[in-house]
Formats: sequence, structure tokens, C-alpha cells
Amino acid sequence: MSEALIEIRGLGNRFGSQQVHEHLDLDVHRGEILGVVGGSGSGKSVLLRSIVGLREPSAGRVKVFGENLLELDPQRRSQVERRFGVLFQRGALFSSLTLSENVALPLIEHAGLSRADAEHLAQTKLALSGLPAGAACKYPAQLSGGMVKRAALARALALDPEILFLDEPTAGLDPIGAAAFDQLILTLRDALGLTVFLVTHDLDSLYCLCDRIAVLAQKRVLVADTLEAVAAYDDAWIQDYFHGPRGRAARVAASKE
Amino acid sequence: MQTPSPQLQLDSSSRPPALRLSGDWTLARYAALRGQVNEWRQRLDGQALAAELDGIDALDTAGAALLVDLLGAARLIAAVEADASLGSERRNLLLATAHAHQGYVEEPAAPSESAIREVLAHIGAAVDGICHQLIALLGFIGLTLASLARTAPRPRRWRVTSLVVQIEQTGLDAVPIVALLTFLVGAVVAFLGATVLASFGASIYTVDLVAFAFLREFGVLLAAILLAGRTASAFTAQIGSMKANEEIDAIRTLGLDPVELLVLPRMLAMLVTLPLLTFIAMLCGIVGGAVVCFISLDISLLMYFSMLHDDIALKHFLVGMAKAPVFAFLIAVIGCLEGFKVAGSAQSVGAHTTSAVVQSIFVVILLDAVAALFFMEMGW
Repeated sequence: MSEALIEIRGLGNRFGSQQVHEHLDLDVHRGEILGVVGGSGSGKSVLLRSIVGLREPSAGRVKVFGENLLELDPQRRSQVERRFGVLFQRGALFSSLTLSENVALPLIEHAGLSRADAEHLAQTKLALSGLPAGAACKYPAQLSGGMVKRAALARALALDPEILFLDEPTAGLDPIGAAAFDQLILTLRDALGLTVFLVTHDLDSLYCLCDRIAVLAQKRVLVADTLEAVAAYDDAWIQDYFHGPRGRAARVAASKE
Repeated sequence: MQTPSPQLQLDSSSRPPALRLSGDWTLARYAALRGQVNEWRQRLDGQALAAELDGIDALDTAGAALLVDLLGAARLIAAVEADASLGSERRNLLLATAHAHQGYVEEPAAPSESAIREVLAHIGAAVDGICHQLIALLGFIGLTLASLARTAPRPRRWRVTSLVVQIEQTGLDAVPIVALLTFLVGAVVAFLGATVLASFGASIYTVDLVAFAFLREFGVLLAAILLAGRTASAFTAQIGSMKANEEIDAIRTLGLDPVELLVLPRMLAMLVTLPLLTFIAMLCGIVGGAVVCFISLDISLLMYFSMLHDDIALKHFLVGMAKAPVFAFLIAVIGCLEGFKVAGSAQSVGAHTTSAVVQSIFVVILLDAVAALFFMEMGW
């Protein structure tokens, strides 16, 4: 098995009296697409925030590229952070910048490109994420949720990161857009050797994208394995999830392809 | 890390000429490559040529974008398809980038206008905005009054709880700051009067100055300006965040009237609280004046209040109080209207909150000036 890019050991997260994670262990390997699923409130997004260093865990440690982000000095930490791209649930585009400026920002700040070059490259990234021409000069408030998501993906990919964190990327996209999104992620993973950490509820994405699936339940990772192994795991929630009507439909659709 | 620098070589001996690409085509090399690509693109423009891509060491999306720029989408697709030795991952990346570029026309930057034109356009846009704003305000006033007329005869639809909450927030909570500020301004006016009137030996008339100022103008003006800053902004922020959160739309789809639900309680609360706060403001201003007169002019409190009683007619109080409901109505309506104008984002909530405060203070002072002229001409 290839090296672990992300290594989580004994992670605990607590909000007041509410314990979200307890003794959570998880590895993410280089070049894989790991899907993270779990019921509402099972702490999927909190896990993502803990990994990218936005949240200080109450217990345990998280290592990304073998380094604990929270212990690094700011400069070193910024260098590590450039190696991952994050797509937030609602896009989190900067509302005062146009789409191409949003994507160009990290290119100007970190890759040292001139503004004209950066915006030119940003247009390509926007086109690659499936946005129509003409969207680049618009502001996020002028766009639909699906378009904002695509633009946010373009920004996450701006620096050609090694790890891509996606928080519910296909939620709010139409099925055609969602399928194109999945295909784009696959293409990029194969071409660039991306590692993808995917939080999702979309069963179709799970079936067609993920190499491994981690199930968050009972405050920890219940099981992290290939789809077949997870679907066969003996747990009521997992059985409902993968063998409920939607799970069956997604499996049939995936097997047809 | 030493990586081979990217290179382009044209082999013109073969037919069609072959462009050999090698080295790293990555984001780290982008700045250097950009210049070369621009140069080469012009030389290659329109030529039929074969591109050999298998010499490229590392490739990412930035490099792929450069290749599309260099060759054009169609030529790149042809080159990729002709090159069987290319790995499938790299082939997919290049094809995806090229296909994304096809039919994607970059927007040309808008040509910059001359400065004078821009200034004139800006002035025009501002005037246009003011006109629209005025029309919208008049329309909204009408809407509010119509809604009030519909609701008034039906006590079952009065939102009493909401009204009481608004009265507490806009009125009771504002009492300390209104009282303190008007007390201080009253003291300042008395100091001014004492200084100026002393040179005529008429410092006793400081009492009249303070009383006239606060009963006719300052009491209502200060209270209204404070509420414009404090309450109009709160109304805009409350309604605006509901708008941004689609709550207003939800109210409409539930068959309810957002004006009745949100605007009427706020407007009525203001109509109750501003006159009360105005009264408090008048009292505190006069007390502030009394304290200064007592300390620095040796006018006893008894003398102060007996002068008030003898010199100041009731009509001055009524002139001041008459303005309070008008100001209250306008402040509430402007605050709510700006809230309804919020569109989508949190940024918009901030912009409209600022606008609500500016507009309501502007309207209050403008109207107060007009009213002062009117009352003076009428001899009231």
C-alpha cells in the first residue's frame, strides 16, 4: 500500500458537552479518492476542517504530508497549505471579486504570476471546470449555486494541489453537471496524481469515483475499505445506506456503465 | 530541485514541420513559458504542423493550458490523437483542457472611458439612483399605509407581541443614551449662551435659549438622529438578513404579507417610542442647561424654572412634539425599505444598512429645516 498522505490518530472533537469524534483513526493514501459518508451531524465537515487545520482538535493529532499543521510556524504552514485545495460546501468564493479574480488570487499571491497571466490561466481553469464563457467576469452573487461550485473547484485547483478536499461537491448540481464533475475529478486524478478527500451524500459519486469509502458513525470511522467491503459490513446504518432504494439504484446505474 | 527546463524546437525538415516539446510544463515554469509561448504562437499561426508531445516530462493543468494557447485547441486535439505513445492520463488531461477551450471565447476587457465621461456618467447614475429611490420610498409608504388600513379594523391580526418587543428594543433600550446625550448637549448650549449673552449683560436669557432650542428643535432632532443611527440600521439588518436567507420569500409563499408582519410592528413601535424619547430628550436637555446655569451663572433652580414657566409658551413644546411622529414614520419606513432591497449576499446587507442610516439622517435634518422655516413664517 502506498504512503499515507494524511494520517489521523486518536482524533477527538468536542463542542461544549457534545462529543463529535472520539478516538478517530483514518489514513488517506497518495493517489486515491477517499469518500467519506455518514449521517447528518456525524461530523464529516468537522473532520475535514480538522485535517486542513481550520479547527484545533480537542484530542489526538492530524498529520498532513507527515507534518502537524498546528505545530508549524506560519511560513512553513502556508507552504504546506499551498499543496492542498479545498472546495467548501457553499463555494466560499470571495464576493467582492469576479470569478476569474477569485481563481487568479492564489496564482498571483503564491505562484508569482503577473495579473494578466494569472487571469488568463484562471479563464482556462474556469473553462476546465465546465463554466461557460462570459461567466468569468461575473460576481459570485450573480451566479447559480451550481456555477459557484464549479468556480470554487477552479479556485481549489488553481495551484495544482496534491490533495483536493471536496465538501459535498455535487450537492445542488443537476445530474448532468454532477456526472461531468465526477468525470473531471477522475481525469484530474489520473493526469495529476491527485489525492481526493471527498465528503458526499451522492451515492452515484461514491460508486463511480471512490477507491475507498470511510463511514463515520458512532463518533469514529466505523470502516474504511473498498466499496464492496463497506457495503458488506455488518452494521444497520451501513446496510440501510447502501442497500436502501437509492443505494440500489446507484449500484445498478454504476454496473451498467 | 533541478528539473529540465521546458523547450520548444521546430524541425522544419519534415513535412509538415514538427514542433518538438520537452521539459517540465508546470505552474512553477509558467512565467518563463508564457513569454516563449507568445513568441512561438505568432510564428506558428496558421501553419500546418505536427506537434510531438512525448518529450514532455511533467505536465499539469497550467502546462496544458499553455499548450492549448500555443497550438490552438484543434491542432492540440489532432496532435494528441495522432500520438499513440501518450499515456491515457496525459491524453485525457490534454483533451479535457482543449475541449474546455473550444467554444470558450475570452471576454475582451472593457475599453476604458475618458475621465470626464466617467465623472458625468457617475453623476447621471447618482441622480437616476436618487429619483428611483424617491419613487420606491413613496411607493413603499403607500404600501405600508394601505396595509395599515387593511389591518387596523381587524384586531385579531394585530401583532401585539411583535409590537411590544419592538417598543422595548427601539424605545426602552434607547432611553439611557438619549438621556445622556441630550443632557450633555443641553449643558453645551447653556455654556455657549452664557459666553455670548454675557457680553450683552443678558446672560439670564441663557434659560430661554436652552428652553427654546430643546423644545422646538434639539429635543426631537437629537432623538430622531439617534434613532436613525440606532434603529433604522437595526431594521435594515433584521429584514435584510431575512431577505438574504429567503425568509421573506417563505413568508410570501405561506400566503402572508411581509409588510404586515414585519413593517407595521416596527413602524407603529417607532410612532410610540420617538415621541416618548423626544419628551425625555427635552427634559434632559433643559436639566443639562439648568445644571450649567446653576453652577456657572448662579441662577438658582427655582429662578430657572419660574423663568421657563413665565417666558415659554406651550406652543413651542407642541411645535417640537408635532415633528416626532413624522420623523418616526420616515425613519421606520426607510429602514424597512432598505431591508427589503437587500439582494442575496451578506455584503449587500452591510451596504444597505449604511444607506439606511445616511438616508434617514438626511431626511430628518432636511425635513426639520423645512419645518423650521414653515413654523417661523406661520409665526408659531
